[in-house]
Amino acid sequence: MLVIEGLTAGYGGAPVLHGVGLGAAPGKVTCVMGRNGAGKTTLMRAIMGQLRASSGTIHLDGEALHGLPAHEVPRHGVALVPQGRRLFGPLTVAENIEIGLMTRRKGRAVREHVLDLFPRLRERLNQQSRTLSGGEQQMLALARALCLEPKVLLLDEPTEGLQPSMIRLIRDTVLKLKATGVAVVLVEQRVEAVLEVADSVAFMAQGRVTEVLPAHGLTPQSPQFATWVGV
Amino acid sequence: MAAVLALSAVGLSLTFGVMRVVNVAHGEFFMLGAVLAWVVVQAVPSAPLGFVAALILCPLVVGAVAALADTAILKRLNYDPEATIVATIGISYILQQGALSFFGPDARAVEAPFSLRLQFPWFGYSGYKLFVVIAAGLVLLAVWLFMTRSRAGLVMRATQVDRNTARAFGINVDRVYAGTFALGAALAAVAAVLIVPIQQAHYLMGHDPLLLSFIVVIIGGLGSIRGTLIAALLIGLSDGIISMFFTPTLAKIVATLAVALVLVFRPQGLFGARA
Repeated sequence: MLVIEGLTAGYGGAPVLHGVGLGAAPGKVTCVMGRNGAGKTTLMRAIMGQLRASSGTIHLDGEALHGLPAHEVPRHGVALVPQGRRLFGPLTVAENIEIGLMTRRKGRAVREHVLDLFPRLRERLNQQSRTLSGGEQQMLALARALCLEPKVLLLDEPTEGLQPSMIRLIRDTVLKLKATGVAVVLVEQRVEAVLEVADSVAFMAQGRVTEVLPAHGLTPQSPQFATWVGV
Repeated sequence: MAAVLALSAVGLSLTFGVMRVVNVAHGEFFMLGAVLAWVVVQAVPSAPLGFVAALILCPLVVGAVAALADTAILKRLNYDPEATIVATIGISYILQQGALSFFGPDARAVEAPFSLRLQFPWFGYSGYKLFVVIAAGLVLLAVWLFMTRSRAGLVMRATQVDRNTARAFGINVDRVYAGTFALGAALAAVAAVLIVPIQQAHYLMGHDPLLLSFIVVIIGGLGSIRGTLIAALLIGLSDGIISMFFTPTLAKIVATLAVALVLVFRPQGLFGARA
């Protein structure tokens, strides 16, 4: 279980997150919603150790992640699919996957499993990743993260700019991961997409988690979406 | 000349490509390699053995010095592009004055490991110079294979593209940077050991390789190994030919003019990617 308590972090001397608290349980999808600038991506980066927390804690199954160097965090079972995918563009699909497997010992089996999840990538192994379509790039970003065999998967706006068939593929993948016990933290702006997969929804504003609600009590008309997301 | 220049320039290009650090101390790493080659050859006077020992030891020592400089100085500056320029200027003075203090101001000759003159029907050619071309070619091939086929090369290329995302996949970027800085300096040292039987070792000898390496990587495209090799061939050959038939000063003027033209008409270099 990922537990974040009282997390304050930001860029340089300017804090963006102010005492954020959030939990993500195995086999559950926790969605994080909020307007632009609410601090969602900053929260993802802070969990990954890319931003130093000035106060607060992050624990995964009782182990402290706060204070670890950024390259140690994925070794503890946290993977990120960043906003905008951030693929290694000049590298091939196979090389991007190889980077995902850097921390794995049984790399070959994991690689095959991931390519079975996204067979289209298998056909494009030697293609430069920047030449893939938007949907294929998102598949590769997901595949690369899954190579880490994460206990916690952070997805930062994975459906942004994608066509409906690709959005369905990502939704199905999230549901599969949920079924295998992975804790998923999903940053998403689309209410329908959130309600299809979420177990709980955390709303953020101005660097704080303002409300955390079970998803089954929410509908697209719930006032929280208008208040905190502006939709 | 072109072969050795290519080695030195690829080292500079790697450092910039992966770390975005403009290493002004690169010429002094070259100088350190040459000076250490003289020291090793003095310690092991047997002709081919001393040279072989220098060819192995000098890049290792220079690489270690570079890794130390990276960890002690550049890492603390968080690899800030402007700050590292100033820092590498400082490193270059430390190396240069260190060489002056311990090695003295005199130029020192290192004998070639073998003496052989190849006689062609129309002209003769130094067997050692041919060896330098072949050795530099083999080292460059090894660098290319390392970068494109090895796991460490893949890690370096990924870090070059996006260091934050690389960290998110467990890559220790600090270690990659230290290794890259060491590799760049070691390549300069290999070039120096190869050239030192042709040019003498001297504490001020780092200026020309630094200038020419910068010219080569700017023309070839910063971070592009292919561009660096082609530009090294062009600049090395033109420098040699113009120096022989006219003057070395004219050769430098032509090379600098070529850089100016590239910066005006194709700022990313002949083979570099547009920023």
